[in-house]
Amino acid sequence: MPTHFIVHDKTDTVGVVVTEDVQPGKDLTGWIMETDETVALKALEAVPLGHKIALGNIKTGDAVMKYGNDVGRAVADIGEGRHVHVHNLKTKRW
Amino acid sequence: MGRYQFSGYRRENGRVGIRNHVVILPLDDLSNAAAEAVANNIKGTLALPHAYGRLQFGEDLELLFRTLIGTGANPNVAACVVIGIEPGWTGRVVDGIAKTGKPVEGFAIEGHGDISTIAAASRKAQAFLQGATEKQREGCAIEELFVSTKCGESDTTSGLGSCPTVGNLIDKLDPLGVTTCFGETSELTGAELVCASRAATKEVAERFMQVFRAYQEVIDRHKTSDLSESQPTKGNIAGGLTTIEEKAFGNLQKIGRTTKFIDVLKPAEAPGKRPGLYYMDTSSAAAECVTLQAAAGFVVHLFPTGQGNVIGNPIEPVIKLTANPKTARTMSEHIDLDVSGLLRREMTLDEAGERLIDVMLRTCNGRLTCAEALGHREFVLTKLYQSA
Repeated sequence: MPTHFIVHDKTDTVGVVVTEDVQPGKDLTGWIMETDETVALKALEAVPLGHKIALGNIKTGDAVMKYGNDVGRAVADIGEGRHVHVHNLKTKRW
Repeated sequence: MGRYQFSGYRRENGRVGIRNHVVILPLDDLSNAAAEAVANNIKGTLALPHAYGRLQFGEDLELLFRTLIGTGANPNVAACVVIGIEPGWTGRVVDGIAKTGKPVEGFAIEGHGDISTIAAASRKAQAFLQGATEKQREGCAIEELFVSTKCGESDTTSGLGSCPTVGNLIDKLDPLGVTTCFGETSELTGAELVCASRAATKEVAERFMQVFRAYQEVIDRHKTSDLSESQPTKGNIAGGLTTIEEKAFGNLQKIGRTTKFIDVLKPAEAPGKRPGLYYMDTSSAAAECVTLQAAAGFVVHLFPTGQGNVIGNPIEPVIKLTANPKTARTMSEHIDLDVSGLLRREMTLDEAGERLIDVMLRTCNGRLTCAEALGHREFVLTKLYQSA
């Protein structure tokens, strides 16, 4: 079974897609590196290799967590299985 | 000797190089033409043209001298010819390099013109080259190695795979007494407190934070946006990185999980303490950063890339690794080590780190890197502010 996405830390709210075949409706298998757990998720959008996918529902203004740390704020509501990138996540710095 | 060894060139000051270059070093932009003519005359020498060296002053001038002297003094350089427009500053660079004991001589153009300067410098360069080619490699212990790292055109696979692979190497080699260096001040933004927590002492942590805050002030003074598309770059964003905070945590994976950094270096400053991990205040632009690390005496560079940065350095071999399977496939001529197996869970981080040590030692023994084979020689001086 291929690993479609990888999550750094158990507290992360996004995972990184590591295959080139994530399309809407696809059932995905994920791996949480910190805990070596396997998790499941359904993609609601195409997410390219290296891009992030929401592991749960994220609300506007929420901190997005990756590496167990705050990596920016959501500027739109993001549903579970949706693509997370510059259109819905912004830096808190600069 | 321990488990890890390599064959290098021992220089007059005891330091060990892994390449045997004879460098033709211009002091200033005006002397590039003569330096390139000398390198064209004497096959096997290496000219390092650059854009600066005139009317610089203050700390910016000190950085110019530190970078040029450090480049000539690097153990990968066997001998050096310096060419400048006038003898004063040319002599200052020559004197700085001469402290290593290696062959070095300076030539000034004013009062002679390009043609006779090129003739005289070419005769000296020929003698240096023939002397250098008689040098033999000898067995060296791993703790004689100075290794720098900086990543470029990163994407999320950098933080997942290629940067942690470098970190694994550093965690393995730090206890053996290898000297290592990371930098990229702006690219720690968002992860600066985690980085500071990796300093060996509170004093080093505080000096890191001072350097970090000073760089933020430069950005705040000049920024016209949130820097998106500059930092992170367009390439980073195409690769899936969204914010500087996310990029910073990926970047920081390069220093491993346990190693502490023992000092804060100015740009191009040589490590002065014991062996260990050093942080250097640098730009995050690849060629600027590697040029500064080479000028500080680092002899081999580890460069994780995601989207496929193609950088090389003229005197410090740059080893590229990627965890991005697409980059490994589409840009294979640039990639010295493919660790995309980490993402497919076909390879452990421990195995990836061992493979990187193996590629690094083979490079130290003389194997050309992809960047060397492709002729990448990016030599880019860091400019702190406008010239007078």
